[in-house]
Amino acid sequence: MKKRIDKQKFMSLIEDGMTLMVGGFLTNGTPETLIDWTMDSGKKNLTIICNDGGYPDKGVGKLIQAGRVTKLIASHIGTNPTAGELMQNGQMEVILVPQGTLVEQIRAGGAGLGGILTETGKGTVVENNKRLIEVKGKTYLLEEPLTADISLIGGAITDQFGNLRYVATTRNFNPVMALAATTVVAEVYEIKDYLDPEIIITPHPLVDYIVVGEFHG
Amino acid sequence: MDEKQVIASRVALELNPGNLVNLGIGIPSMVSEYVDKDKFITFQAENGIVGLGPFETEDTLTVNASGLKASIVEGGAFIDSLTSFSLIRGGHIDVTVLGALEVDEDGSIASWIIPGKKVPGMGGAMDLVMGSKKVIIAMTHTNRGKAKIVEKCTLPLTAFKQANLIVTEMCVIEVHDDGLHLIEVHPDFTIEDVKNATEAHLIVDKVLPMKGI
Repeated sequence: MKKRIDKQKFMSLIEDGMTLMVGGFLTNGTPETLIDWTMDSGKKNLTIICNDGGYPDKGVGKLIQAGRVTKLIASHIGTNPTAGELMQNGQMEVILVPQGTLVEQIRAGGAGLGGILTETGKGTVVENNKRLIEVKGKTYLLEEPLTADISLIGGAITDQFGNLRYVATTRNFNPVMALAATTVVAEVYEIKDYLDPEIIITPHPLVDYIVVGEFHG
Repeated sequence: MDEKQVIASRVALELNPGNLVNLGIGIPSMVSEYVDKDKFITFQAENGIVGLGPFETEDTLTVNASGLKASIVEGGAFIDSLTSFSLIRGGHIDVTVLGALEVDEDGSIASWIIPGKKVPGMGGAMDLVMGSKKVIIAMTHTNRGKAKIVEKCTLPLTAFKQANLIVTEMCVIEVHDDGLHLIEVHPDFTIEDVKNATEAHLIVDKVLPMKGI
């Protein structure tokens, strides 16, 4: 398994001020080992793009709790009261994005598109400062693409090549985030000799590094 | 039945055979308990399940959109967030049921933020109410005596003019272009009771007893 790396190598990938995409939905499918190692790297001023703010002791919530995050782009922070407090007192910038828009912005970033057009958020604060574009008689918001320096992928099982499949609901944002970052690190809890090509979700050229973590829900 | 059960059981009657349905957290999530199994309703959870099953105690890495351990029914499918929101925005969800802080005479919905107090975020709600064929608001009629069905929402909107039906423990209200039509009232209440607990103007013509009680 050539792509397998250890903690030292992983920590060397993280730098102050980087933008990290982190897979998972309310930490289901979030790579907890990679979060812990990011904590141990001591790096700060991070921008995190994740579906949500996790919990104070789980997922990206751990980085938020430790004050390592200066900007969070997410659809929901209700499960992490610390994120709400940091947002209210201006210590962390939080950009709340409708979940379907967030996932499409990441797709656009990973798929070489200049943005996406959506009706979601029309007539709400989400529309503020956005360009409106009319297509076939309907008005849409232009939402710009999102990319990252590193994507941290979880919930995966790999093979000798670094192909990934995901388990149950851990798939969520992981496959699309594997497209949208310069460097992709996947935390897997199993390395199999062989994965059926029919069930592979993320093909190996997208995956730069593999870390073996633990099974967690 | 308590008020939440009244609401959930009444909403269940709105689901038609074969529907693909998304249930929000709180009262909406109780709707599945009252659905006739012969209707073959499929529940979608926006985190990535088509065919959401009941809560589960064992950790199978399967969670619902509240992050709680859940199960998948026979014939169900796991999907990624892209596919999930393609279903949602693309008009493939027949009914979405969600709670709200306020609903107004236009059918505009406020459900995701109380500025200065609570900032949970919109999650998937804005996409769900924009893309679903039918949007049902399932909520208690008032919040500690304060009207939630109002003339104009005061809180930031989740969506402009997207609600189709409002179900509370007191009544059922249809949202039309000309306003809110009171169509059913729970037998424990009068039309006057409902009007007194509602800030919005209600159009009253033919009112029936609330179904499913």
